[in-house]
Amino acid sequence: MQKAQSKVFMYLILVFSSVFIFNLLGCSSGKPQSIAKATITVWHWMTDREPSFQELAKRYEAKTGIKINFELYAPSDAYTQKVRAAAQGFNLPDIFGILGEKRDFSSFIKAGHILDLTSYMEENNACWKNSFFEKALAVNEFSEGNSYGIKAGIYGVPIDVMTIQMLYNKNLLKNLGLNPKNPPLTFQEFIEIGKKIKAANMAGLVSGWGELWMIDCFANNYAFNIMGKDKVLATIRGEVPYTDPDWIKVLSLFKDMRDSGVLATGLVTMVNKTAEQLFANEKAVFAFNGSWCVNVYKGMNPNLDYGVMLPPQVSDRYPINIWGGAGSSFMVNGRAKNKEEAIKFLQWLTDRDQQAYLAEATNNLPANKNSISKIPVILAQFANGMDYATHPSIWGVSEFSAVIEAWGQGIQSIILGEKTPEQVASGVQKIKARELAKKRNRNP
Amino acid sequence: MKFKSTLENYLFVLPAVVIFSIFYVIPFIWVFQLGMFDWDGILPTKVFVGLGNFKEIFLQDPNWWQAMRNASYITFIALTFQNALAFLLAWACDREIRLKNFYRVVFFIPPVLSEIVVGMAWRFIINDIDGANIINRTLMNLGLGQFVHNWLSDPKTALTTVALVHSWKGFGWGFLIFLAGLQTIPRELYESARVDGANAWQSFRKITVPLMVPVIVLVAILTILGTMQAFVLIIGLVGGELAGHTSVPVLRILASMRGSSRFGYACAQGITFGLVLVIISFIQYRFSKRTRQI
Amino acid sequence: MKSTSYYKTKNIIVNSLIHLFLLSVAITCLYPLLWMVSSSLKTQEAIFKDISFIPHQFHLENYVRAWQEGGFGGNFLNSIIYSVCVVFGIVIISSMAAYAFSRFRFPGRNLLFIMFMAAMMIPIPGSFVALYILLNKLHLRNTPIGYILCMINVGLSTSIFLLKTFFDKMPKELEDAARIDGCSKIGIWRHVALPLAKPVLAVVVVFNALNVWNEYILALIIFDSRKYMPLQVALQTFQGEFVTNYPLLMAGLTITALPIIIVYLLMQKYIVKGVTAGAIVG
Repeated sequence: MQKAQSKVFMYLILVFSSVFIFNLLGCSSGKPQSIAKATITVWHWMTDREPSFQELAKRYEAKTGIKINFELYAPSDAYTQKVRAAAQGFNLPDIFGILGEKRDFSSFIKAGHILDLTSYMEENNACWKNSFFEKALAVNEFSEGNSYGIKAGIYGVPIDVMTIQMLYNKNLLKNLGLNPKNPPLTFQEFIEIGKKIKAANMAGLVSGWGELWMIDCFANNYAFNIMGKDKVLATIRGEVPYTDPDWIKVLSLFKDMRDSGVLATGLVTMVNKTAEQLFANEKAVFAFNGSWCVNVYKGMNPNLDYGVMLPPQVSDRYPINIWGGAGSSFMVNGRAKNKEEAIKFLQWLTDRDQQAYLAEATNNLPANKNSISKIPVILAQFANGMDYATHPSIWGVSEFSAVIEAWGQGIQSIILGEKTPEQVASGVQKIKARELAKKRNRNP
Repeated sequence: MKFKSTLENYLFVLPAVVIFSIFYVIPFIWVFQLGMFDWDGILPTKVFVGLGNFKEIFLQDPNWWQAMRNASYITFIALTFQNALAFLLAWACDREIRLKNFYRVVFFIPPVLSEIVVGMAWRFIINDIDGANIINRTLMNLGLGQFVHNWLSDPKTALTTVALVHSWKGFGWGFLIFLAGLQTIPRELYESARVDGANAWQSFRKITVPLMVPVIVLVAILTILGTMQAFVLIIGLVGGELAGHTSVPVLRILASMRGSSRFGYACAQGITFGLVLVIISFIQYRFSKRTRQI
Repeated sequence: MKSTSYYKTKNIIVNSLIHLFLLSVAITCLYPLLWMVSSSLKTQEAIFKDISFIPHQFHLENYVRAWQEGGFGGNFLNSIIYSVCVVFGIVIISSMAAYAFSRFRFPGRNLLFIMFMAAMMIPIPGSFVALYILLNKLHLRNTPIGYILCMINVGLSTSIFLLKTFFDKMPKELEDAARIDGCSKIGIWRHVALPLAKPVLAVVVVFNALNVWNEYILALIIFDSRKYMPLQVALQTFQGEFVTNYPLLMAGLTITALPIIIVYLLMQKYIVKGVTAGAIVG
């Protein structure tokens, strides 16, 4: 027994020291060698597109001899942390994406991590710039006199476009005795369907409302519908309180939806993936999701018969807006050694053919407006919503995170039946007032 | 000679202290001093706010304290339900019974499973529309229809349900440590007690429990530290903080870091959290010392 | 004086109840494992439609696909190397330290021990960034040794705590005897203390092996090259931003769970010392 033990002991020491030595050797060979042609490193988080990216990398290398190194770090939370850590260590790759809000984007720019691409976009008569959908570029743009203190310009390149809209299951609508060709156009119709859904013991609307940003999106769409863009932005700037009757109207919509039974049970415990799985398996009549879902549903249930529509309007005064714009974007490292090559690659990536390839392979809307010909019907329906699309990143102002959080959790409370719209509104306004006071104290 | 002996003593702890100093103390100092800044984690400039973050946590952050209360509740369930279960199972497996090896392996499966699987599998059992909801169905079949409930979506039951699933996942550790502890109690003590006429309950009370007290304290401290920091399972089961009902401190810290990009504030929250844990452990340690002397 | 048949029936009833209790808990423990395995054998479409435990078709190729698409080969080996090295390192380092804290007197002993305990209690969120910068400065960032040292630190405090508790309980006679025989401190530690502490060491091994095996975020942040990544990072390829390939994910998770279960099976023998005579108490 003793002998066997010491044998194991020795063996382990051997393994340990060999790994150690292996590493010391590995350390030295890790130093950068002089390479003939440049290598561009791209960090991304899009697992679904990794095979397509690798294919494109091969094509680019065949064409130009430059090696493109796509590195995948998933899930997106982990990717964000990695980018932040690398930023601290000034170790960012040539090309990467920023996940997060415009505020974070502006911080990265201020820290010198992101290259200003405006000149490249504008050269040759703004050839590159004009190839994109305007709204796709807007997310990556900082306008004149923006509140973030960034010099106006374009700092990122969109590689796809998305919109977030409402979906309906045609079969289930038929089962409810409704015509799938006429999905509900008004909020009132939507609520009425809710009563039918409740009676039939089915599940109505599913969405990732366990995640606050999705609730924010839905509420915001209706806020635009009820009070118009200007008042919404004024509220963000602090000029209009959340206790304003229009905002209470927005909150009441959730109460009405809950009372009518059009919301699925457990809606606020769902992450988006759960909601997608439910809709794909025909367990829910409606869903609120983004155009990326086309790929997801196809994988889980290729025979799903569904349609896309704008969220049913509640008011005629202002148009209903949905969130849309760039889906994913890439930025160039401000300190990259191979800036020119990186930019050339991005120009190639967002070119008509490559965008068409990506759109087809991954079922996402292309950012290049010339690539739109070969997309499936359902994606085209998503694309139609682009006219109504807006996005917090293009408003030029950001709401305080504490307020957004209180807002989202407040709506969850309404859906859970714990608070009234008025209570939530006053609670949110209190936090807004506090944040405004803090800001004033900091910048007198 | 004494000097050499003391030097030898230090050599024993040297590797641990060196690694600890480099990989814990230095980051700790960095995070600690960051708690006094207002920083978003990206900008090259930071704004010094002194104790401002801490003041905010204590006076203006009810969400944080709700999260602490929730975590304490889950920990309470873990200390009672989870550890009682672990102890009972360890005691049952300590005896010569059939299938002992089988049980020993099976009870450790929950800790080994990834939290993704645990979240999904349990959602399947408990949840209404995205699962088979075996629990509600069984209740109905047993004629106990009035107990049917939306376990995970009802804010009143969500936290308890999460706590129970968490205890289920964690009892394997307590089981293991209790079993190891029970194994070190010499069998002769039980034998002589039996000869002296003691019954099961008496030998349990007079032999097992007193000898297991240090192990029980150990498990209790580890349980508190582990459970207070739980969060992954919550996302898997209820998707998030459920309007604050299932908030826990780690989720709040993550929200500060990623949601509002308040890295400095998140560090302050982390330090506060750590301090609370230290205080709780200290109180518990003193309490156990006092009871041991009784 | 109660008859032997009374005791016999009482024994049978008590034993049956105990077995019932144990079995019911065991079933709840097995269920997610079976769910995982059965899901791994279905297709992406069937996985939520077909809720039966035994899938209609056994798609064993999911395992092959998971292995290949997840790039499991190299990453699997990496995880094993990291786990072995970290566990080995922790066992040696923490048992030495715990033994010293328990048996030796030296100035600063209590202070150092309290520091380790405090470290166990004060988690540092956001320490990833700090470790990243630290490793960068030490030129250890994109290296396995840097990762291993970080992971050793992670498990150190708890392991020291566990070991010290058990060393404290250990009777000193054997050590005294060894010392009288002229054994050095290291010798006593190696030949007397460690063998006696086998049950706790087994717990330490399992605990740390599990932690290292399941870790992925630190690895993802400090490694840039795919060739150093552990298994868990590779597994994330199935949990896409939008599409989660559930069957492959479940297959991957099953593969991932196996080595740890094996480690546990090996270690749990040590946790059970040879139990000899009559253990039916009561």
